[in-house]
Amino acid sequence: MNQWKNFSKGFIRENAVFVLFLGLCPTLGVTSTAINGLGMGLATTFVLFMSNIVVSLIKSLIPNKVRIPTYIVVIASFVTIVELTMQAYLPTLFEQLGLFIPLIVVNCVILGRAEAFASKNNLLTSAIDGLGMGLGFAFALTLLGAVREILGSGSLFGLKFIAGDGILLFILPPGAFLALGYLIVIMNKIKEKTT
Amino acid sequence: MEYVIIIISAVFVNNIVLTRFLGICPFIGVSSRVSTALGMSGAVAFVMTIATLVTYLLQVYILNPFGIAFMQTITFILVIASLVQLVEIILKKVSPPLYQALGIFLPLITTNCAILGVAILAQQNEYNLLESVVFGIANAIGFGLALILFSGIREHLSMVNVPKAMQGVPIAFIVAGLLAMAFMGFAGIV
Repeated sequence: MNQWKNFSKGFIRENAVFVLFLGLCPTLGVTSTAINGLGMGLATTFVLFMSNIVVSLIKSLIPNKVRIPTYIVVIASFVTIVELTMQAYLPTLFEQLGLFIPLIVVNCVILGRAEAFASKNNLLTSAIDGLGMGLGFAFALTLLGAVREILGSGSLFGLKFIAGDGILLFILPPGAFLALGYLIVIMNKIKEKTT
Repeated sequence: MEYVIIIISAVFVNNIVLTRFLGICPFIGVSSRVSTALGMSGAVAFVMTIATLVTYLLQVYILNPFGIAFMQTITFILVIASLVQLVEIILKKVSPPLYQALGIFLPLITTNCAILGVAILAQQNEYNLLESVVFGIANAIGFGLALILFSGIREHLSMVNVPKAMQGVPIAFIVAGLLAMAFMGFAGIV
């Protein structure tokens, strides 16, 4: 497999959110604004990238039976790094993402890539896979965040371009479900056209 | 009275699935039939209650005295993962019928963010032991309520002629959105 294909698959073809339906909790939970979505996506990308590297390096050392707990510990360590770094340097974002930062541990995208990809591939391929899938995840979260922010408060990345309030519903929880549902429909339509 | 407020708040007002967005994977994944939804809710209720209790003890008697609260994420997830294994083994020995009913759902629960989320939330809200356990049970009820309602709707949905691009997951999300809207009616009662 060439590396470009390996990198780019995470954006559309094997997008974690729109195609594989993994990691949906943070996808819905933090995307009330585009910037929150981007922040969460990048935090997840870092953890995914690092854990893919480490898992790929230690794959021959871990006995098969304890591999899942080992992966979880590796992932949890990087999540703790992200958690503490964010708390120190980006306290506002940390406050807004709140509970979902420690919950990166149980994001099935990360464990899924460790188990299905990094444990079977070499270092470079795994690192590129982690980066691609992570950025694809960040792309999905930012897109959803942007849609909700535009509809819900008439702004994008905090820049207001429509006076007055937006459709409040899209900031609230039901709007997350509706927006994601319709985004997947659009993705399906695009895929139907291209294939 | 306090406990009643915790329960009503966790089940209806801040429903774990529809308002807090935890446990979405099983919510979408195993909700196509009411019977599997019942099994999953049972397994989650079981593990969530025990996990909230155990993580509370861990936090108060180990992490806090040693000043290593930053290890919370790592220790909690490890405890939950081993707890799930333990529950599986014990259930297999003690109650084979219950294991038959819940067994296949147990491995899935380790990566159910609702369990870890509730354990961390109970700490953030600074509940005491009994409150934490009540909080765990209440959230399990909330999860079960949302999952079973949703699977009931999806069973009906399978008989409806849905446009091709919307079949499966997209329509499920839209229905979940409508359900979440219904739950917003509870906002403000506590």
